[in-house]
Amino acid sequence: MKNDSTKYLVIGNSVAAVAAVEAIRETDAAGSIVMVSREPKHVYSRPLISYWLAGKVDDGRMDWRPRSFYEDLKVKAVLGAEAVKLDTSKHVVELADGGRIGYEKLLIATGGTPIVPKISGRETAGVFTFTEWADAERVGSFIAERKVARAVVVGAGMIGVKAVEALAARGVRVTVVELAPRVLAAALDERAAKLAEAAMVNAGVEVRCGAEVEAVVAREGRAAGVRLKGGAEVPCELVIVAVGVVPSVALARSAGGAVEVDRGILVDDAMRTSAPDVYAAGDVAQGREALSGTKRAIPIWPGAFRQGRIAGLAMAGAKVANYDGALVMNSVSVFGLATISVGTAAVAPAGAEVLVSERAEPPSYRKVVIQDGRVVGAMLVGDIDRAGLFTGLIRSGTDVSAVKDLLLTEQFGVLSLPAEYRKHVVSGAGIEV
Amino acid sequence: MKRIYAREEFCLGCRLCEIQCLVRHSKSKKIIKAFRQERDQITPGVMVESAGHVTFAMQCRHCDSAPCLEACITGAMHRDPKTGAVLCDADRCVGCWMCVMTCPAGAVRRGKDQKAASKCDLCAGDKTPVCVLNCPNEAIVYEER
Ligand SMILES: Cc1cc2nc3c(=O)[nH]c(=O)nc-3n(C[C@H](O)[C@H](O)[C@H](O)COP(=O)(O)OP(=O)(O)OC[C@H]3O[C@@H](n4cnc5c(N)ncnc54)[C@H](O)[C@@H]3O)c2cc1C
Repeated sequence: MKNDSTKYLVIGNSVAAVAAVEAIRETDAAGSIVMVSREPKHVYSRPLISYWLAGKVDDGRMDWRPRSFYEDLKVKAVLGAEAVKLDTSKHVVELADGGRIGYEKLLIATGGTPIVPKISGRETAGVFTFTEWADAERVGSFIAERKVARAVVVGAGMIGVKAVEALAARGVRVTVVELAPRVLAAALDERAAKLAEAAMVNAGVEVRCGAEVEAVVAREGRAAGVRLKGGAEVPCELVIVAVGVVPSVALARSAGGAVEVDRGILVDDAMRTSAPDVYAAGDVAQGREALSGTKRAIPIWPGAFRQGRIAGLAMAGAKVANYDGALVMNSVSVFGLATISVGTAAVAPAGAEVLVSERAEPPSYRKVVIQDGRVVGAMLVGDIDRAGLFTGLIRSGTDVSAVKDLLLTEQFGVLSLPAEYRKHVVSGAGIEV
Repeated sequence: MKRIYAREEFCLGCRLCEIQCLVRHSKSKKIIKAFRQERDQITPGVMVESAGHVTFAMQCRHCDSAPCLEACITGAMHRDPKTGAVLCDADRCVGCWMCVMTCPAGAVRRGKDQKAASKCDLCAGDKTPVCVLNCPNEAIVYEER
């Protein structure tokens, strides 16, 4: 890449970056856009890598936008290039190959980087992380070439659970090791996690919670197992480390303090960073969280989309509607058992009221957390249909005191919503922005 | 855009809309056959809700700013550029249920086979959706507001 300059420079090629570019084009049809991405791939969906590895989604379906995307939106795509240095006073980004790109407005949408804990032997062949398509490709080839029969997944969060599912679909026997006392600990409470764990065990997965991997045991330079704290050894030929992601802030930090970074890049409600003309969105950003109002890095897809879109509008000088912050939420199916958790659901805040409804067969567990008359959290396992009714109530901060007794009943629906809020839902305005 | 609106004061709760929706989205397109044989495979896009004596027909609002579109990780959920309808391409859907989690109307449900999301498709561009066409008491209307 030689030297270049553009009106809009977007670092990243995933959901936040794409949402931003689409928003820019709604306002500014002609302004030049350059997208730079470390990965050489066309726009693809990261959450689909486990489905791809399992053979449920083919190469074509990995594309999250049509192949004509860059052309349609008049974007110059520089793929397979890493942005390594930012000079905010000169308005220039430098690439690993030495190329320099000047910008009028910059968006950093570099996402997250997997955390690799200091496990001894983590460099051994057969140890992988699992956040990019290339990771899934490497894992897939490794399974095929080495005829992998057993694997250990370190971490039973969302990404870990998805990796477990994919490996099982490939016929690999999996043990998942989790430090926390339960699976999906950030999203689920004890009862919900029990159901998720049972679904895994039923599928032939060994689940070891409250356990810590101390070392990867190598034989002939390859992974042969992991050793847990306390000495127990779990034999395996493949290890996937999935203990979480941290915002990829290296580029922001390279600006020498001009771009304020906490855990992620700090942004305001228009996704502006502390440096003029520099914006950040998605997993790399740390913006307002809806319920607490404080700035938190929340690595989820819908949040990345919304932030990207807002950043794009703001960069193009369009009006940005009131951003109400990102809401923590996730929907994870565990071997066919659906789980959804929204807001403050796993651990109810002090003084909150908790409503629960349970059924043994087929398993279902539903919980709503109410604080000061408003729903602040919802968790649904099994019976998840219409879960969004709760998400809407949480996001809108609607007072539900009058309909509290209906919330977990069979009939609960739009008709049960408080009148004003119901009018809004029925109107079809959706979310503003 | 034109949307389907319920007039709860006219709704009898007869659920004919649900049945007509099922027939419209069935293979046979025949009411008896669809109801007898395909009922277990099809999730109607419209659902009749009740609270006390009040009943009301509810389906996807095809929101201007649709949360399900933002949440969809596959691109299965998309907006028809011609009609503005929000549609789910069942072939692309992997059943992650992000849409179920985010729809404020609770109008996206899991399909009966639990493989893909299911919702109102405004009868795929028909002039008038069948639920509206067949409501015996004009309790569902299709109009611009
Ligand atoms: C296996 C898996 C399953 C998931 N499932 C779900 C789910 O079900 N629901 C959900 O809400 N979320 C899920 N997520 C999280 C979701 O994928 C992320 O929240 C989302 O991808 C964040 O988007 P982003 O655009 O901020 O960043 P990313 O998707 O991380 O993309 C970052 C982009 O920046 C590029 N890049 C990074 N650094 C540089 C650099 N220095 N120079 C140039 N380019 C760079 C990358 O190549 C990439 O294009 C899942 C994640 C994984 C890994």
